[in-house]
Amino acid sequence: MKTVDDINRKIERGDVNVVTAIEMKEIISELGTDKASEEVDVVTTGTFGAMCSSGAFLNFGHADPPIKMKRVWLNDVEAYTGIAAVDAYLGATQLSESISNYGGAHVLEDLIRGKEIQLKADGYVTDCYPRKEIATEIGLEDLNQATMVNPRNSYQRYNAAANSSGRALHTYMSALLPNLGNVTYAGVGSLSPLNNDPEYRTIGIGTRIFLGGAKGYVMGEGTQHSPPFGTLMVKGDLKEMSTEWIRAAFFPGYGSTLFVGIGAAIPILDAEMAKATGIRDEEIVVNIIDFGVQRRDKPVVRKANYAELKSGKIEINGEEVRVSPLSSYYNAKKIAEELVGMVKTGEFLLSAPVGKIPQKAVTKSLRHGVKEVKSVMCNAIIISGDTSIQEASRLMVENNATHLPVTGEGDVLLGIVTSWDIAKVVANGENGDVSKIMTKKVVTSMPGETVDIVAKKMEQYGISALPVIDSKRVIGLITSEEVSKALMEARK
Amino acid sequence: MMIQLRFDVKSIRKPTLARTIIETGVLLNIIKAGVEARRGEIIIEVDDKRAEEVMRKFREYGVDTSKIERVVEKDDELCVHCGACLSVCPVEVFTMSEERKVAAEPKKCTRCGVCIDVCPFSALSLPG
Repeated sequence: MKTVDDINRKIERGDVNVVTAIEMKEIISELGTDKASEEVDVVTTGTFGAMCSSGAFLNFGHADPPIKMKRVWLNDVEAYTGIAAVDAYLGATQLSESISNYGGAHVLEDLIRGKEIQLKADGYVTDCYPRKEIATEIGLEDLNQATMVNPRNSYQRYNAAANSSGRALHTYMSALLPNLGNVTYAGVGSLSPLNNDPEYRTIGIGTRIFLGGAKGYVMGEGTQHSPPFGTLMVKGDLKEMSTEWIRAAFFPGYGSTLFVGIGAAIPILDAEMAKATGIRDEEIVVNIIDFGVQRRDKPVVRKANYAELKSGKIEINGEEVRVSPLSSYYNAKKIAEELVGMVKTGEFLLSAPVGKIPQKAVTKSLRHGVKEVKSVMCNAIIISGDTSIQEASRLMVENNATHLPVTGEGDVLLGIVTSWDIAKVVANGENGDVSKIMTKKVVTSMPGETVDIVAKKMEQYGISALPVIDSKRVIGLITSEEVSKALMEARK
Repeated sequence: MMIQLRFDVKSIRKPTLARTIIETGVLLNIIKAGVEARRGEIIIEVDDKRAEEVMRKFREYGVDTSKIERVVEKDDELCVHCGACLSVCPVEVFTMSEERKVAAEPKKCTRCGVCIDVCPFSALSLPG
């Protein structure tokens, strides 16, 4: 048994034994956990990846005459200033109103790089703050405080992504190729801070960490913390950070985000802690989820552990699919190594948490009315391919329908005929079966799809009705009429 | 080596590619092919040593040929080795090295441009 104080005294004496989490796994397999816990005092960890829920509190100082900011922009990226007169919170994912592929993350990186930033603000006019607006340039050194406060960082593990739909998707998990063409994942597995302390014994409120090249602190659990998908809320001084460890990124089709480098130095208090730091990639399992389904709860394609993901290839439905990591293991390892040096030289002392972060937590979803297709769709007037055009037009008039799905055996969809198709053949004086004039490539919906998604499809493909398909059978039709009614009701 | 073939309205109608393979006996790997009514563009991969011979033959049949030399460039100052590019390149230009750094083998590049938009740090570009 060792305490954090014992280890800090060793650091000050210069005889601390500190290794990275990568080295620790080898030491444990060689010596076993008991022996390893006696030999090793500190295990360093690291992670470097996209952490969207990041940003900084900035205090601009007062102008003369002073202004109480109502709205404020930095390089045309709006920051939240509903906090006193000249304080603002700049979020990493807020986009610039004038510069493309540029957002709050880029402002943060530019500030750290020492670049001047355009500040523009509108004010409330009050007796104590008479100024109406201001426009000026500021640099990091001009700010009184620039405190990075990231509500959700350092995910312990994260579900991987794939896409079963027929078109490429541009997501916060990067580009997902159609028809399960690739897999992307985030996180660095067994090197990641929280995976090396899964009971959160040494990482808790107040723990000193490596944050963006500076010394930072854990404020508590992060938002959406739900072990083993644990997260951390962290803070640190932007003025001490380096662009080696804070990098702005832009995912096309998604927006801007911040790559943050975080490291924790874990005190090996006992054999239990040594055992925890022995965790291997094979033991860290996540789901590969299907972004092809545009719902909150996405279906699972398969399970995968970090060793499989890191190998670069994974099997899905008997086929080998290439895998992209989105976090930089190379940089994460460099952070762990840097921390080894900082602990050895006494530059980085450990701190015991003053409070624990929860070991159990569930992330709830937003409560709101969701209309699904099955509750609003109408009956489809189904016809077979050999129906005459004359008969189809009669059915349309009789049923007040503009779209007739054409089906084969077992109500399987073959095509669709619209009143416009009929108008065209009548105009040309043609005749025959509907199979001749139907559209064969039909955009369809599913009973569990939400009305918003249907509206999006209608806009995307320039159509006004979609057959609803359940296990290949046509079970109904949803038209723009049902969609607009449902959306109007939701607004009430 | 990658060679770009441009077919005009005359050469597109003839089995030029098949003829070149038979007559030179060189194995060609078709990387990308786009054939339209009046023109076409095909990118092929051939053994470096036989490239000149193959290009000469295509030219005889009226096909415009050029070596693909200006390929994807990676700015190592900007790259953080996240690996987003790894799974999207159709010809696997990018690989993860032993030390988990992203390595590029531009010789394979066909200038398709898919990786350019995928890189979150704008570290990839196609010059000229």
